[in-house]
Amino acid sequence: MTNIVKRSVSILSAIPKEEYLLKCTSACAGCSSSLCLRYVLKAAGPDSVLVVPACCTSVLQGIYPGTAMNVPVYNIAFAAAAACASGMSDAFAKLGKKTNVIVYAGDGGTVDIGIQALSGAFERGTNFLYICYDNEAYGNTGMQRSGSTPLGARTTTTPGGKLTAKKDLDRIVEAHNPPYMATACSAYPLDLYKKVKKALSIPGPKFIHILAPCPPGWRYPSEKTVEMGKLAVKTGMWVLYEREFGKLAISGPSRAAMRRPAPLEEYIGGQGRFKNMSPEILDEMRHQVERSIRRLASEEAGAC
Amino acid sequence: MRERLALSRPTEASSGKTGSWRTFRPVVDRETCNACGLCAQYCPDGVIDEDLNIDLDYCKGCGICANECPKEAITMIREER
Repeated sequence: MTNIVKRSVSILSAIPKEEYLLKCTSACAGCSSSLCLRYVLKAAGPDSVLVVPACCTSVLQGIYPGTAMNVPVYNIAFAAAAACASGMSDAFAKLGKKTNVIVYAGDGGTVDIGIQALSGAFERGTNFLYICYDNEAYGNTGMQRSGSTPLGARTTTTPGGKLTAKKDLDRIVEAHNPPYMATACSAYPLDLYKKVKKALSIPGPKFIHILAPCPPGWRYPSEKTVEMGKLAVKTGMWVLYEREFGKLAISGPSRAAMRRPAPLEEYIGGQGRFKNMSPEILDEMRHQVERSIRRLASEEAGAC
Repeated sequence: MRERLALSRPTEASSGKTGSWRTFRPVVDRETCNACGLCAQYCPDGVIDEDLNIDLDYCKGCGICANECPKEAITMIREER
């Protein structure tokens, strides 16, 4: 036990103490987006600019003339985040500055509305980091379904449960052959910190996709945010990996989960949005999880 | 002088003191606490400092710290107002 404590303290002490997200944002209690943002900004440091399209993060900054963000933030229209970051990154390069340009966008602003700007910026080879924090619906406007909402989830616009599967954003981004892309989860902040650090050390377009459980939207009590994120990884619903110059590496927590995934019901059962899900949908979901685990495992083994 | 551009500046409490949102207050039992620091690591608002003191002016009372504490040293107690 003492060894575990010592180890966790030593990892913790490697993380900078400075907070670039000041106390008192207007995020909901138990918000995993503000948890992620804390670690993203710790990894990026003070010489960074955030580009934020319409999403929860454009709201949680606070009320004028104050803001909780201790780094410069550019709030921009839904569809334009990656395009704005392209111009900004070129301007910094011309000035000879090494400022990190980071887009911090929700799933709606990435998977649906912002996808063409994202694709364009990746094609142009813009030097920036695009982070999508994914709470699987339009949380800020009242939980309407997005392209990222999983099969069977109830939202305010799919009251009977969504009939189609979640859009596989990672494979869309992968098709652009970026030098670095990764998935992360708010329940593993140290893993997220390391991935952001690594991404910012590589020039070119980088992408990180974070699963961010949302207490009011997924309808679970606010104290379960971290637990829910861990369950998503343990059941294999969300696989943590990184892809450096095309080479896939599954991250530690998912490696164990893929060998022996926890029963899917543990993840589904804790959330109100999956209430009264039909057994057929649950079966379909289980197949999806198995397929994605099999695909990633065989890719890592070099079979395809 | 008035600024030509509406610019927000970084301050604490930009949304007011969010401690008033709380229904349940975290109380730490220092005897059982082994100072692993997981509560500070998982706090979404970063209100737990290095000495693991919780800033009750800003704590929203989400309860993640109590849920994640491996020693169960944190209990959530209903606020009396």
